[in-house]
Amino acid sequence: MNLAAAESVNSNLAHISNVLIYSSMAVYLFAFLAYTAEWTFGGRSRVARQSAALSARPGESVATAVAEAEAAASTAAPTVSVSVAKAGGGTTTLTRTVAAKAGKVDIVAKGDSAPPVEGAGASGGDEQADRLGRIAVSLTTLAALLQLGGVVTRGMSAGRPPWGNLYEFTCAMTLVAVMVFLGLLYSGRDVRWLGLPLMLGVLTGLGVAVTVLYAASEQLVPALHSYWLWIHVSGAMICGGALYAGAITAGMYVCKDFYEAARAEGRTKGGRWSDICERMPSAATLDKLSYRINAIVFPLWTFTIVAGAIWAESAWGHYWQWDPTETWAFITWVVYACYLHARATAGWKGRKAAVLALVAFSCYLINAYGVSIFINGVHSYAGL
Amino acid sequence: MTDDREAADAQAADARAAEERDELSAAGRLSSAPVAEQDQPEAEVVGIGVLGWLRWTWRQLTSMRVALILLFLLSLAAVPGSLIPQTAASPSKVEAWQEKHKAWVSLFDKLGMFHVYSSFWFSAIYILLFVSLVGCIIPRTWQFVGVLRARPPAAPRHLVRLPVYATWRSSADADTVLTAAHGALRKRRFRTSAAGDAISSEKGYLREFGNLLFHISLVAMLIAFAVTKLAGGQGTVIVVEGGTFSNNVTQYDDFEPSSLYTADSLKAFGFTLDGFDASFQTSGSARGEAVNFDARLSYWLGSDGKKTSGTASVNHPLQVDGDNIYLTAHGFAPVIKVTNAKGEVIYDGATPCLPQDANVTSLCTIKVTDGYVGKDGKKTQLGFSGIFAPTAEVDPVLGPRSTFPAANNPGLFITGYQGDLGMDTGIAQSVYQLDTTAMKQLKLDKTNPWKAQLHPGQGMKLPDGGTITMTGLKQWANFTVAHNPGTGSALVSSALAIIGLIGSLFVQRRRIWVRAVTGADGVTVVELAGLARSESSRIADELAEVALVLQDSAPADRDGDGTDHGEDADDDPSAEDPELTATSLSKER
Ligand code: HEM
Repeated sequence: MNLAAAESVNSNLAHISNVLIYSSMAVYLFAFLAYTAEWTFGGRSRVARQSAALSARPGESVATAVAEAEAAASTAAPTVSVSVAKAGGGTTTLTRTVAAKAGKVDIVAKGDSAPPVEGAGASGGDEQADRLGRIAVSLTTLAALLQLGGVVTRGMSAGRPPWGNLYEFTCAMTLVAVMVFLGLLYSGRDVRWLGLPLMLGVLTGLGVAVTVLYAASEQLVPALHSYWLWIHVSGAMICGGALYAGAITAGMYVCKDFYEAARAEGRTKGGRWSDICERMPSAATLDKLSYRINAIVFPLWTFTIVAGAIWAESAWGHYWQWDPTETWAFITWVVYACYLHARATAGWKGRKAAVLALVAFSCYLINAYGVSIFINGVHSYAGL
Repeated sequence: MTDDREAADAQAADARAAEERDELSAAGRLSSAPVAEQDQPEAEVVGIGVLGWLRWTWRQLTSMRVALILLFLLSLAAVPGSLIPQTAASPSKVEAWQEKHKAWVSLFDKLGMFHVYSSFWFSAIYILLFVSLVGCIIPRTWQFVGVLRARPPAAPRHLVRLPVYATWRSSADADTVLTAAHGALRKRRFRTSAAGDAISSEKGYLREFGNLLFHISLVAMLIAFAVTKLAGGQGTVIVVEGGTFSNNVTQYDDFEPSSLYTADSLKAFGFTLDGFDASFQTSGSARGEAVNFDARLSYWLGSDGKKTSGTASVNHPLQVDGDNIYLTAHGFAPVIKVTNAKGEVIYDGATPCLPQDANVTSLCTIKVTDGYVGKDGKKTQLGFSGIFAPTAEVDPVLGPRSTFPAANNPGLFITGYQGDLGMDTGIAQSVYQLDTTAMKQLKLDKTNPWKAQLHPGQGMKLPDGGTITMTGLKQWANFTVAHNPGTGSALVSSALAIIGLIGSLFVQRRRIWVRAVTGADGVTVVELAGLARSESSRIADELAEVALVLQDSAPADRDGDGTDHGEDADDDPSAEDPELTATSLSKER
């Protein structure tokens, strides 16, 4: 027989977990509708913004950061404000404290170092749309709390980490994605525009999880009984949530980049799509964000693979045997390496690199779902 | 303005821009990455014979673009092996696949599709990639050493053209400003160098260092894999409680050698399986699931060293003399005694049975090769096969089976055969399978086959005389003894690779220049300029911080409005040209 290890399952808690997961899905659905409404109503102030945007040519994106030393009367350390003025409206202010006497110094940044021209955001500055957006964020928070409860009770019901099969993995991974999003929002980052595509992904993920992947709360299959389950699988899970965000931003970057190119040539027609693109963050910001996310995940993904190899070594006696799951983890890793190289190679920057990021994320999905469901290897993970 | 003059102006501007670009790109090379292909002179290559072609090939191979293509090919090449069964992983699956897709077999065989990861084309890709990698690392390492030994590059003449720039007029004299700037930059741990009226400084060398460390670690990892492949190997063996194993090829049930790891390289050690402990859930929905498995061993080094005790359990191999002993399976071995009609014991031993399900319903085969004489007086061999169940229950439909994995009510259900076991045919035969082609089933009478249900201590008479008794019950454990010499170095290099990667991705290399020139009017013009990789949005902030620190020793004149960007800022059309900055920045990559 296989060498298996397990603990008994508390079916009461497992039931509570299921109810919580379903409730969170319902709330996510409302949040999704609220984000959609935000984008829709945000389009109302379209005309005014378009004329403003069209008058701000990309060549004028040279921005000025003004460091203003305000001389204070006496001993108190005067504050110095560094304001970054953005062409096309909107001002961000960074404040610093320094002991300076007087004077005013301009810091001019241009090219890649200049802050890019951002879109007005999903609400497009419309007050009602903005309120909808804030409602959507509250709903997302509520749903995330419900989902957190669902994941925790699931883990408690079996007395082990709540990611022992593909169903649990998906619940936990989507939760990580939402928590990262909320974390960014609450730390003051303006990323509400990520809400709509995120909800779409989370709802799809959870929908597939409860219908196709569902497995009753059970003990672990043999080789999973190891502390490496905490390390290796949670690594894979965090990577999944973050890479999804990286892929969304890469996709949006491609859209926005096409749009900005069209706008530079005066080919924009000003329809609904232009309006949506107009409200997105700038291509440069999306590109950078996508790169940052993918770059942060890459070492973690490398670590996940190495941790998996160490685990495989202690469980099976081989650290690498080209099992389909291992193979696709490797493929995903190599394609992300391609992406990072592409970003560093002049001719491959921009759209080509973004397409590689999307391909790499598809490889991740194939690895997490395609392989577990359709190909049988030593990894006995799916629980299907 | 005439056309002529326009053209001349344009030419002059071009020349100026070109000179400016050179200057800026020299200052701006923050990476020793190979320059993109399009920047390399092609003419040099044409028509210089074999050497030229070799040089050209080498340069292509070590270029970033080819590295990119090879990486992409590597990922593509890894795909088929995940879709088509591989011999190394499961020969039986390969056979099943070949049965189903007969038309493809010969083509796929030629292409090595059943052993993709050791096929010529897969190897070719990764070997080329690693040649490219080495060809990339070596010059980059030298360049990096050069960078470390050189001073930060001198300030470009027109600081105003750099991506981030600040200037102000101050009544402090130039030396004071430069000394203060030097201090401020040192405090921020920039490497600085003063030359003439300017200070150059640079920071973030760890980026390049990390990048090199990462790529070198990849090579080290590949070497570690190669060592494992060439000098590693493993064998599996089933040992019954109380049984002894010594690390010798004849004792293995299955041995996988490699080029440098053969029967002769096996280290001398051995172990006895003192006992096997298993505990199971006895209640709840997970009843019957294992809680733990431990194989208690005593092992010794050399041919007859001192005995040490240890345990091997799932996920926790026992390390002996650098080899790992993994516990990979376990089962039961009923102890069977067979006597012939004269009462002589012709078989006595524990016979491992192979588990078939989670409750350890097992298949048993007992082969008695010598000592039995049939009714007709002729020598014959005996074979028994059947089912062993640790907690036996006879299901009316499914027959005998086990309902719990522990030995609560062990039972052995067998039928017997006599005749030729077929063990002399020369064809290797599994000890766990009975070949009954040349055997006759033992019968009680004309119609009813002989059947036995044995529990420990019970015996049955055989139809032709003699007995079969189950005298006891033992457990067995299956061990994999693996010798993986490269594991340690693979682990160390992967850890270094991750550390290098973190440095390479998250450290920003950047430069800051400060220039201070006191004019004839006694007013000092202070200029600051910064340059960073495009991923860094912090350079403007960093420059602002330095500018603010400098206000202590070189406060900006109140009357100067601070918007004066140096002497030639207003008359130079390219000063504000983001295009120029973009080109000079992207050149370094
Ligand atoms: C074995 C396969 C390889 C893998 C997995 C790999 C992976 C990576 C990764 C993840 C990075 C990103 C780190 C960063 O941006 O600093 C990188 C950067 C880089 N790689 Fe590789 N690499 C491989 C082979 C090569 C080869 C063959 C070359 C040379 C032709 C090369 C040259 C570079 C360079 C120059 C950079 C730095 C780009 C920059 O300036 O930022 N790599 N590599």
